[in-house]
Amino acid sequence: MLEVIGIVFIGIGLVFDLFGCLGLVRLPDVYNRLQAATKCVTFGTCSLLFGVFLILGFSPGGIKALLCIVFLLLTSPVSAHALARSSHKAGVKLWEGSVCDDYQN
Amino acid sequence: MSGRFILFILAFLVWLLLTFSLSWENLLVGGLVSLFVSFMTGDLFTKRPHIFKHLQRYFWFLIYIPVFIWECFKANVDVALRVIRPSLPIKPGIVKVTTSLKSETGLTFLANSITLTPGTLTVDVDKENGLLYVHWIDVKSKDVQKATQIIVRRFEKILTKIFE
Repeated sequence: MLEVIGIVFIGIGLVFDLFGCLGLVRLPDVYNRLQAATKCVTFGTCSLLFGVFLILGFSPGGIKALLCIVFLLLTSPVSAHALARSSHKAGVKLWEGSVCDDYQN
Repeated sequence: MSGRFILFILAFLVWLLLTFSLSWENLLVGGLVSLFVSFMTGDLFTKRPHIFKHLQRYFWFLIYIPVFIWECFKANVDVALRVIRPSLPIKPGIVKVTTSLKSETGLTFLANSITLTPGTLTVDVDKENGLLYVHWIDVKSKDVQKATQIIVRRFEKILTKIFE
């Protein structure tokens, strides 16, 4: 039973990872692409790792998968934040359809 | 209880979970590495070690996790739907929001939570004035107060209880 639930989680994770990659290609500028890359890919990968944990249980592999979720949740937003900030500082313009930019100073 | 001691315990715990065996070689190497790490970086880890003793903070942290997972799930469905729709319905922009959190850990957690939830991505933090610059994939309001209401409020209440 747990194995089936785990496979379902892995499937959900794969679908969200796919959407993340799709967003990376389709969205117009750096900031929007970061949105897709951080959100969908983080959640997709976490769901995938959780599925792995459900299948393996409290074994060395399963525990490592759980720890990877924690590390991923802590590091992936920070790297997105660093990328967005540095690209804004480097003068990368927002997409022309953007509504406002309060960070210009 | 100093910050170094807490960091040592945390590092040792992570080591135990990662290696997942209780042989004495493992314990010895893990202990030495955790000692070294906690000795070198202990004073960077926390400035107020006494807050680790407050049990109600752990309780609020446990409440925070399901709230966060639910918001995260909504965010993902939202962005995924935007991405697969052929018309690509986005209205991006960078807005300013205010926060009342002061501690560094609290601000980090708030910024990370914002980044992982509906269509928002923290670009920069202004710690002195309590401002966050947030990239929003679908700007609903350019007004600082309203944007704050929509983006920040749902996390701020719980995070204040945990980290302040």
